Amino acid sequence: MTATLSKVDRGRVQETRPRPPRRYRLSNLDTKVSPYLFVAPFFVLFGAIGLFPLLYTAYVSLFDWEVGADEPLFIGLENYRTLFEDDQFWNALFNTFSIFLLSSAPQIVVAVVIAALLNANLRARTGWRMGVLLPYVASLVALTIIFGNLFGPQYGLVNDVLGLVGIDPIDWQASTFGSHVAIASMVNWRWTGYNALIILAAMQAIPRDVYEAALVDGASALRRFFSITLPMLKPTLIFVVVTSTIGGLQIFTEPKLFEPSGGSGGGTEHQYQTVVLYLYQSAFQGLDLGYASAIAWVLFMVVIAVAALNFFLTRRAVR
Amino acid sequence: MTKRPSFAIYGILAAFVLGSAFPFYWSFLVASRDNSVLTGDFTLIPGGNFFSNAARVFDTVPFWKALGNSFLVSGTVTFSVVLLSTLAGFAFAKLRFRGRGVLFLFVVATLAVPTQLGIIPLYMAMAEFGWAGELEAVIVPNLVTAFGVFWMRQYLLDAIPDELVEAARMDGCSLWRAFWHVALPAARPAAAMLGVFTFMQSWNDFLWPLVVLNADNPTLQVALEKLQSGYYVDYSLVLAGTTLATVPVLIVFLVLGRQIVAGVMQGAVKG
Repeated sequence: MTATLSKVDRGRVQETRPRPPRRYRLSNLDTKVSPYLFVAPFFVLFGAIGLFPLLYTAYVSLFDWEVGADEPLFIGLENYRTLFEDDQFWNALFNTFSIFLLSSAPQIVVAVVIAALLNANLRARTGWRMGVLLPYVASLVALTIIFGNLFGPQYGLVNDVLGLVGIDPIDWQASTFGSHVAIASMVNWRWTGYNALIILAAMQAIPRDVYEAALVDGASALRRFFSITLPMLKPTLIFVVVTSTIGGLQIFTEPKLFEPSGGSGGGTEHQYQTVVLYLYQSAFQGLDLGYASAIAWVLFMVVIAVAALNFFLTRRAVR
Repeated sequence: MTKRPSFAIYGILAAFVLGSAFPFYWSFLVASRDNSVLTGDFTLIPGGNFFSNAARVFDTVPFWKALGNSFLVSGTVTFSVVLLSTLAGFAFAKLRFRGRGVLFLFVVATLAVPTQLGIIPLYMAMAEFGWAGELEAVIVPNLVTAFGVFWMRQYLLDAIPDELVEAARMDGCSLWRAFWHVALPAARPAAAMLGVFTFMQSWNDFLWPLVVLNADNPTLQVALEKLQSGYYVDYSLVLAGTTLATVPVLIVFLVLGRQIVAGVMQGAVKG
């Protein structure tokens, strides 16, 4: 309706004060072309710095391509063949998934609990919300260094505290499971509050009258939580799981810096070497760009598969 | 529903917040002592050596240069992302043009694409351009994000009435002026949030800066890594560095925390 109205308006304006034709042509051109000029900077830049490097990675992965080599040698899928027989790669993949599982599962449970608590009628609401979000703003590098100290095998605070309750010191760096727990605890510390706020936002979007009806029917608080809140949160929980999967698969900073003076990171026996860390080491320490590209491309495929799975699971409509 | 919650709820939340804050305090605690005390008895009272440890940080790595670099890089990246996202978001939300649906679908589809995995060709390109070690190398690859465009488009869809753009056009505004005088003012709240998030993300970025920058011209994160990677770890020195690097972020959080909380919660609903 507005469109027809404005057409009439335009007619009236032109009756009283006719515009020069040239200007009209210009404005017509403006309507046709300007939208493309508005979106062009994004697409051009994103193509050049986002998509092109990613696609070119697939190309590089087909070569024996050393840093500084004059002529990269085309070797077809040889890098992939080596990769799939490479124990270190499978080990890195295992570590990545192990750390991811140790961090995502407890994190979501705690985040739901914290969200439920924050959803109570609290005094100083914003203050509490800021409090739980505090870790999110910390720099990952600083955080990893601090946690590396806390989990130190000799004088670390965590072992001191465990000692108070009679548990022998754990070598958080040398053992596979120990290092995974320590690294997962950094991830949990950083992201639990953030995810709690996302879940809280979803909780507040649940209509009040559903609860009131349940209350009239005499449902207990616990019953209301499990029969109403949790089912209604499902889409948000899937969203949280998927975003943390995509992030978790690319974990790098924590395993790189966990052990101070740990050389290239990942542990002496690669006990907490992750896929992206292996990629980094192959490319910038092993100087084997072709092989590292194959790692990148395989991981890319895994991430895309997870994202696609998400799409089919949720199919959130885009307006 | 108006009942005030019990003390138990406050107690659990307080414990959670204390746990959240503790590593920051621990970092300061270690930084305020000297290494000999570190192995001694546990205490939560800071010592008096923070400033001497901080001075040693300044001697070991180019801290102030790194701080300046981080501000320069994050500031430039944030300005570019916010401006270009608002521009494209406005076009997607309020202008009609052929191919709009397909192009926007492309933006949505690329939201989950891990562009970080393209670092190897990027590294080759930077070497080719002679940008290795220069700040251009960490600025240029981050000038746009698909998330920014998506976020601004979702916000502007409701924030600007269609009539307003029409009216501006009737008054003879070019689309550029309509963007400048109608869209930009309306976009301000969402643009501010996008700005804060982009700045934090850029500030904390580590993998790519570690690849292309060196110890002489680092960002703050790279400088911290150099501080830690010595063959002998002097924790009161290293944690003085992390404490110093955390202070600017904490100031930003104290000033803008309310908006950051709102941004996270809105992103949950809109995203």
